[in-house]
Amino acid sequence: MPEPHGALAQQFEDLEQQHESATLGMWLFLITEIMFFGGLFAAYAVYRSTHPEAWHNGSRHLDVVMGGINTAVLISSSLTMALAVRAAQLSKKTALLANLALTIAFGAVFLGIKAIEYHHKLEAGLVPGRFFTYVGPDLDHLQLFFLFYFIMTGMHAFHMVVGLVVLAVLVVMTLKGRLLGDFYKPVELTGLYWHFVDVVWIFLFPLLYLIGRHG
Amino acid sequence: MSTHVASVRLLLTIFVMLLALTATTVAVAYFDFGRVNIVVALSIAAFKSALVVLYFMHVRYGSRLTWVFAGAGFLWLVLLLVFTFGDYLSRPWESVTAW
Repeated sequence: MPEPHGALAQQFEDLEQQHESATLGMWLFLITEIMFFGGLFAAYAVYRSTHPEAWHNGSRHLDVVMGGINTAVLISSSLTMALAVRAAQLSKKTALLANLALTIAFGAVFLGIKAIEYHHKLEAGLVPGRFFTYVGPDLDHLQLFFLFYFIMTGMHAFHMVVGLVVLAVLVVMTLKGRLLGDFYKPVELTGLYWHFVDVVWIFLFPLLYLIGRHG
Repeated sequence: MSTHVASVRLLLTIFVMLLALTATTVAVAYFDFGRVNIVVALSIAAFKSALVVLYFMHVRYGSRLTWVFAGAGFLWLVLLLVFTFGDYLSRPWESVTAW
């Protein structure tokens, strides 16, 4: 029999098995997320293939500087998230708190820049529906591009808001002295989710902001 | 405990590579390679994603079962895209003019 351990739930043989089960459970959830965003990417690709001109023109309306800065901000948040996992594993409470706080800060900056971009699109009359007052060629399909832009970045932003709430819970748990050493797993699972959201953006950025830059 | 702890140096290396690749993908987007632009953009994105998944998400040091789970997500995504385009590209009445 293994030694009784505070972090070990009774249904598991040892901590290694418990941690592996948690990781696999999280990946199972992430697979459903891959399919969710995958459907959006597939629909995006189909309409891009039938209306390449509209996609090219739509992409040129997006602010590549803001999108680029946001990509860097999100990558930075992934770094601090990975450092938070490391700090939790090594029972470094101050480093864990600092990195969780930094991750939340980077996430908030990302959403702030996103909000500014959304506002610019609203002012330019590029929000689909009754706010779509933009005047130019092939408006129907330009509107379709912006429908994809708002739904894909909107769902991505929603995932970030969820991530920020979970990160805030982790901060509270850390302040109560939990999540350190053998109890680090919730930090790692949150990290898996946060990095996944980063990966979604890694594809959204070129597909939305960069496809219309050339020519 | 057998948990893998990533070194700060490795994490910083991945971070710098991700930033460099982001700068690269922005820079090449302004050159006109015709239909190759999208291939380059998606290849860089795929490489960046692989770095995040393997090192930030620790799959590189994960068990074989973790690899199977991560791989299954990728495989199903490929199936989704292949079957979707197998359908749309084989419809002669839909005008597919470019990727």
